[in-house]
Parts: sequence; C-alpha cells; structure tokens
Amino acid sequence: MSYLEVNDLKVHFPIKGGVFGRTVGHIKAVDGVSFSLEKGKTYGLVGESGSGKTTTGRAIIGLNNITSGKVMFDGKEITNMRRAKSDARKNIQMIFQDPYSSLNPKKRVVDIVSEPLRNFENLTRKEERKRVQELLELVGLSPESILKYPHEFSGGQRQRIGIARAIALKPKLIIADEPVSALDVSVQAQVLNFMKEIQKELDLTYLFISHDLGVIKHMCDEIGIMYKGRYVEEGTAEDIFNDPQHIYTKRLVAAIPDIDPNKREEKRKFREEVKVEYDQSYNDYFDEEGLAYKLQPVSDTHLVALPEKG
Amino acid sequence: MAEKLLDIKNLTTSFRIKDDYHAAVDNLSLTVNKNEVLAIVGESGCGKSALAFSIMGLHTRAKIEGDILYKGNNIAKMSPSELNKVRGNDLGMIFQDPLTSLNPLMEVGEQIGETLYLHNKNMSKNARREKVLDLLNKVGIPRAEHVINQFPHELSGGMRQRVMIAMAIANKPELLIADEPTTALDVTIQSQILDLINKLKDEMDSGIVLITHDLGVVAEMADRVAVMYAGQIVEVADVKTLFESPLHPYTRSLLNSVPNANTEQDELHVIQGIVPSLQNLPREGCRFGARIPWIDESAHEKHPELKEVAPGHQVRCTCYKHFSFPDESKEEQHVLS
Amino acid sequence: MWKFTLRRTLIMIPQLIVLSILIFVLAQLMPGDALSGQVGPDVDPKRLDEIREQMGWNDPWHEQYGRWVGGILQGDFGDSYRFKIPVSELIGQRIVNSFWLSVATLILSYLIAIPLGITSGRYNDSWRDQLITGYSYIGFATPLFIFALVMLWLFGFTLQWFPTSGSVTPGLEPGTFEYVMSKLYHLLLPALSTALITTYGTIQYLRNEIVDTKQKDFIITARAKGASESRVYNRHILRNSLLPIAAFFGFEITNLIGGSIFIENIFGYPGMGQLLVESITLRDYTVLTATTLLFGVASILGALLSDIILSIVDPRIRIK
Repeated sequence: MSYLEVNDLKVHFPIKGGVFGRTVGHIKAVDGVSFSLEKGKTYGLVGESGSGKTTTGRAIIGLNNITSGKVMFDGKEITNMRRAKSDARKNIQMIFQDPYSSLNPKKRVVDIVSEPLRNFENLTRKEERKRVQELLELVGLSPESILKYPHEFSGGQRQRIGIARAIALKPKLIIADEPVSALDVSVQAQVLNFMKEIQKELDLTYLFISHDLGVIKHMCDEIGIMYKGRYVEEGTAEDIFNDPQHIYTKRLVAAIPDIDPNKREEKRKFREEVKVEYDQSYNDYFDEEGLAYKLQPVSDTHLVALPEKG
Repeated sequence: MAEKLLDIKNLTTSFRIKDDYHAAVDNLSLTVNKNEVLAIVGESGCGKSALAFSIMGLHTRAKIEGDILYKGNNIAKMSPSELNKVRGNDLGMIFQDPLTSLNPLMEVGEQIGETLYLHNKNMSKNARREKVLDLLNKVGIPRAEHVINQFPHELSGGMRQRVMIAMAIANKPELLIADEPTTALDVTIQSQILDLINKLKDEMDSGIVLITHDLGVVAEMADRVAVMYAGQIVEVADVKTLFESPLHPYTRSLLNSVPNANTEQDELHVIQGIVPSLQNLPREGCRFGARIPWIDESAHEKHPELKEVAPGHQVRCTCYKHFSFPDESKEEQHVLS
Repeated sequence: MWKFTLRRTLIMIPQLIVLSILIFVLAQLMPGDALSGQVGPDVDPKRLDEIREQMGWNDPWHEQYGRWVGGILQGDFGDSYRFKIPVSELIGQRIVNSFWLSVATLILSYLIAIPLGITSGRYNDSWRDQLITGYSYIGFATPLFIFALVMLWLFGFTLQWFPTSGSVTPGLEPGTFEYVMSKLYHLLLPALSTALITTYGTIQYLRNEIVDTKQKDFIITARAKGASESRVYNRHILRNSLLPIAAFFGFEITNLIGGSIFIENIFGYPGMGQLLVESITLRDYTVLTATTLLFGVASILGALLSDIILSIVDPRIRIK
C-alpha cells in the first residue's frame, strides 16, 4: 500500500478569449499524471519550466484546483484538499522555492513559524514560543532569533525558517518545490543534508520537485520525468540515469554538464548524437500534438511513455 | 606564450555603503589570453559580477582603482566616449537574465541593429537589416525574418538568450564577457547555449570571460579557472588541474558540496559559517580562515598572496598545505601536502 | 487589438447604465423641485399638484427614468425648466467652450510636466529634482480654487493682463481671426491656472517612471553596447517612460472635469462646469442631470481612451 497515490491527475487552466472573455480552450498544465510514493522515501519530480511539475505539487496540497483524477494519502482520499479533514492538511506541508519571497518580510520569525500552529493547535503564548524555539533548534538556528525578521538571515537560514514552518505540525509528507534552486552551492549542500537528516529523524516522506538532475539524483529514490504536463519516464535513480529509455530523458541526462573536464569532448559528442537521435525519432516518442504517450512498463520499476504496440 | 588580451592589475572596485567604501573586488590581478575561456567561479557576493562590470566600465557608482588593460589600453582610465568606442565593439557582454536585459518595448531586430549602428554609423539601413538577419541565423534562431520584428516577450527564454548573444557578437568583439549566461535557463537549453558560445568562440577567435557559480558549466567550458572568494582570487589553474588536484581549501570545499548526477555521494560537504557580507568581509589574513576553524591559525599566512605552486597554478595562502576535511583521515592529508 | 477595443467598449455599456441610474436617482433625492421658490405663496397647492401631475413628476421613478433615457437616446435632453429652451441648445455652445479649455489645459499641463518630469527623473536627488519635487508638493497641497482666485486677482484685476470673465469679447464676428484670438486670450488664464496646479501628478508619474526605468537591466545592456549616456536616455529610458504617460492621458480628462467646475465659476467662463453649478442652485433638474451625465460619460471615455492607448503603445498588451 503506497503512502501517497496520485491517479490520473489533471489540472487544466481555462484560456479566456474572444469579445466576451469566454473560455476558448484549456492549458493542460497537468494532463493525466499517476504515481505513488512509499512512506519514508523521496520521490523526485523532474522537468523543465512549463512541464507541470510545480502545478502537480501544488494541486496535491490544494493550491491549484484539480480538474479530474484522484489523490489518496495514507489510505484516504484528499483530492479536494481544501475540503479535506484538517488532519490531512496538517500532515502534508510544502516548502517553497524562493526563501526571499516566501517569507513575509513584515513578520517576525516567531510569527512565521507559529502560523500553522495557530491554525491547527490551541497553544498558549508560552507553549507556542517554546515550540518555535524547539523547531528553530531542530533546523539549526539559535532559539534567540525568534524575534528577528527574515531580512536578517542569509538565504540558507531563511530556507531553514521555511522548513521549520513546514515541519511545525509534525507532518508526514513534505512537498518541496525547488527548495534549493535559489541558493548557492555551499548553502544548497547545507539545506540538502539537513533535509536528509530530518527525514530520518522525523520519518518524513518527500515529494521533491526540481529541475536540477544533480540534486534529484542525490536526494531521490524514485524519479518521474515530466514533459508538457505528462510523464515521459518513471523509474529508480538507477533506471533514469544509467538506462534512460525515452528520448526526452536521454536528452535531459545528456544535457547535464559533467564535472570532469576530461570527459568534455566525449560528452559533447554524446550530446550531438542524442540530438540527432531526438530529431530523427521524435515522432516515435511523441503523438501528433507533441505530447508523450501513456507509460508502459519495461521492468518492475521502470516505466516509459511509448506508443502502444500493435 | 599566449597573447594577452586583457591584463588586470591590482584592481579594486569599492562600493559606498553609508560613509565608507567597501571593496567588492580587492586588489585583483588577472590575465585573459586570446582565444581562451577563462572561467571565474564563486558564490554570490564573492565579487565576480562586480569584476565583470568593472571590465566593461559599467559601474556608475563604484570607485575603481588599479588598471584594466585591454590590448594595452587602460579601460579603468578611459573617458566615457572612449569607453563607448570599445564597449559593444571590442568588448561584448552577455547577461544573466535575457528577459530583463532586453528592452521590452523594442523589436529584437532594432536592439541588435543598435549595436551595429553605434559602431558603424555609415552602414545603410538595408545592410544593417541583412547583417541582423545574418546574426540571427548565426546564433541559431529559426525564421529570422519573422523574429527580427518580434518583441522579447514573444520569444522563449532560450531564444531570448540567443538574441542577447547575437547582440554581444554583432561587431565581432575580441573579448566576450558572459555573466552567468545560462543560470536562468533550463538544462537542455543551457547545453545548447553553451555549445553555441563554444562554436562562436572558435569562429571569432576571441577570448571569453565566463562568470558562473556552476562548476558543471566550468568543467564543460573553461580552459582556465579562477576561483574567487570574498573579493579575491584564491586559486587559478587550468581546468583539468583545478578539478583533478584542487589545492585551496575553498576550491576543494566547493567541489565537495556539489551534488552531481555523475558521481555517487551520500552526504555533501557543508562549508561552515556563512558567506560574509560586503561590510563584514575579513580584510586581514586568510579570508577563508574563519570558514575552516579546525585548521590551526598558524597554518595561515599573515598577508596571503597568490603564489605559483606549479606552472600556471596559483594558490593564495599557505593553509592549503595543512588542510583536510574534518572527516578525512590523516594519511590523506600527508599525501596532499 | 480590435477584439480588445470592442470588448473594452462593450464593458462601457453597463457602466453607462449604472451611471445614468445613479445620476437620475440622486437628482430625484435632492430636496425641492423646479417649482419650489418659483411660484408665489398665493398659488393654490392644488394647482401645483396639477402641474406636477401634468409634468409626470408623480409617476414612479423608473417610468420617469425610462422617459428620460428614451429622450437622451434620441438626442433630446428635455427642456430647461428655468430658461424654457431645450437643454441641448443650452449645452451646445458651452460644451465647445469647455472642450477648448480642456485642450488648452492639457497642452499647457504637458508642456510643463514633460520637461520638468524628465529633468527631475534624469537628475534624481539633485537640487533640480528637489526643486521640482518641491513645486509638485505645492501643487498637490494648494487647493485649485484658491490658486485660481490668486491668479485672477493678480493677472486679471491687478495687472490687467488677461480678461476676468467670459469666453470671448462681445461683438466680434464668429469665424474671424480676431474672434479666434479673443477666444484663445480668454481661455489662457484659466487653462494656465489649472495646468500649473494639476500637472504635479504627471510630473511625479513621469519622474518615477524614469527613475524606475533607469535601474532596469536593459539599460545596462544599452551601455554595454557602447551607447552614449544621451542615447541611453533618449532611446531607452525616455521612450520607455513616456509610453505609460500616454496612457495616463485618459485619466487626465477625469481630473480636468473636477477642475473645470471651480475654474469656470471663478473665471466666469461659460462652460459646462459653470452650467452645472448654476443648474444646482436653480434646481434645474433637466440641465443638472444632462451635464452630470455628460461629465460621467467623458470620464468613462477617458478611461477607455487610456486603455486603448496603452494597448497600442505597449506591445506586451497589444498582443491580445
């Protein structure tokens, strides 16, 4: 039994047009996405801008309206998160990309971190303050900093504040939307290590959304690759990085710069080969609209979007 | 001996905060040779962008000391009109965010054409249009006749950056400065843009200063690398040496903190402390010292300078000889020193 | 583009309906009617009721409203109760006067605002900027009618450089050169008075646009191309900052309407603003509702104009 199960999720945004602003079509931001996620694991959702990965994450937590499909969490349906029971809302939290804009600059740390506590738990001022101090300690910030404002912290520290807020209610699942993309590498390392640490400590499950394959590989057990609202491939980190099957995945993997300068020429040649293959076999992998086909299993763990045989 | 295109000597670029000047680039010396890609790597706040802007003379409110010699002419001492003859002509620049770096109310063709017009006022309108189309083709923009009359917001991020590049190379500059040219782009677009820059470099025979925080991009592109920390260069080496046998503790820490798709590692290295802000830069002794507190103070020099440790390989401070990661074994440390 | 304009125009229809209902109901709610104060106390109240009945003033409001709107749609605003002539005739000449006064005010206001805004924005935080900003603060703080009175007293009565009332010297043949010059002469002082005070908005708007644009990344790009400072200003900063000013134009019209009510009364200028105030004091409902409606329509058209101009000058909007 999987912990989070997303079934044929669709999120369509209406396009308004014409003289009367009627709906003339839909942007299919997420168009039939299914995946499931085991407890205590990290699932990576990868894609380029416009692939629908962020919308998927936001739809699960109820920040985007779901057009159709089903989301199950811990055996209960939470498709309409906003109407779901409050314990489901408590159990799923989100970490946002930009630690500079996702924290209200006019609020003190204590107010930011205790916001979810105030919504869900009735604590006295004193208890609340104590909880916030504990949380800050847990994310490695000094408990004295509760009265400071976000601008007094560095980017990495701010992201820790964001994490403290996310784990305040002891959630079971965290949706992390590009949590380190706005950070410098050394700070990024700090946040990633820390996320791994608290995962063990609090038995957290992560849905990790990122465009950075290096980060994804470092963090994730299972990976789904999205392109234009659909899945093109899903598998273990091993499957995706060592044995990519879909031409889009191949291209994505080939595009990652290699940290070894000796492989530069080799890599460039490989990229060119993949580019040629991409152009030649484009029609084999995408339908008339340039969208991916349905996923077909190629092994127990590995699924690839291929046209149905026959 | 490679031909020196750019020779920066003792450059200090300082900004005024309240009543004091603070050096974002501090007494920095560096050369760029013809037909080489020099990467300048560092994290935000290390002064790499301030350096790029200094080379282009783009700072409006900074105090610049020292010399920036471009083929013997000192950019740092040029009058505005002299500078304008060099910029866009001998020196081209590519910026990080192509959306904000293009004028939103000007057609793409007009923006590229402006670079041509500014340095060749006699060119006829038709010739200019032809040249712009030519440039658009050169940077791989399909349907150039259509794109020439489009506005930046009508193009995708990758296409916009190609337009930026077309603008920067319009007059075949001998030195191209690329300030985080792919940071705002998706990874597949990034690799296309990097390949394009590489192709153009070979065609134009020019030198490139590549400013980036991305070590993967450095490994892909650079011939030589300068690592910057807190306004100073802490290590310079050719790209292979830098990745295979980095010496300075900062370089080594940085390399260890990158999660990489092509290697296995369980835990990433974390550099202790935080990047100091401009007002709080340590000005005395080894600037990285505070980030590696487990290394004894005696390992650092009082006044660390860049010293050549092998031909073409320079390192600042003696602390590298005594450096090891906290979790590294002692033997390893001996091997390195 | 056409779709946008069409849609934007269609949105105007409900706006106009709401506006007309509002005006009509408000006019009805005003105490007294056209008969009060006009008839002697010896007139039989029954006779008054008869007149009211005859005029349809005792009908339910929506019926009266229907008659009123129906008339307007045919170009008939009714007759003025006071002057016993059709309202449209009464408005005719005045609307032309007000129109020319507005045009003159707008031209003067831009003539003042653009150079000052540019100077202020280009040399922001210099003494010039502070001087200009100081001026716009004064403009912001000074009530228009007081300023207009001072202007009238100084240039009209004391120095006698300008006429103190009317829109043209009486006795001149319409269409002659003297007539046109006299018209111009009469509207100069009221236009200048309004422009000097109301232009602060445009100055500050332009200044802020320029200061904002100066800090945009593409300005650095322009410098990196080798463009001289003056070219950077003219080609990139000014051009990009003036476009929103063009869009601001429509809203200026709304501002002017408010101003014209004071100005026309103070300068004795026979325009719509004066007519409005007169009709209020005289309880001349047909005139009052007609002038208010026209002012309202002008404001709505101004907003429409702004949106259309903006959609023409800004390619990011034009696309739709």
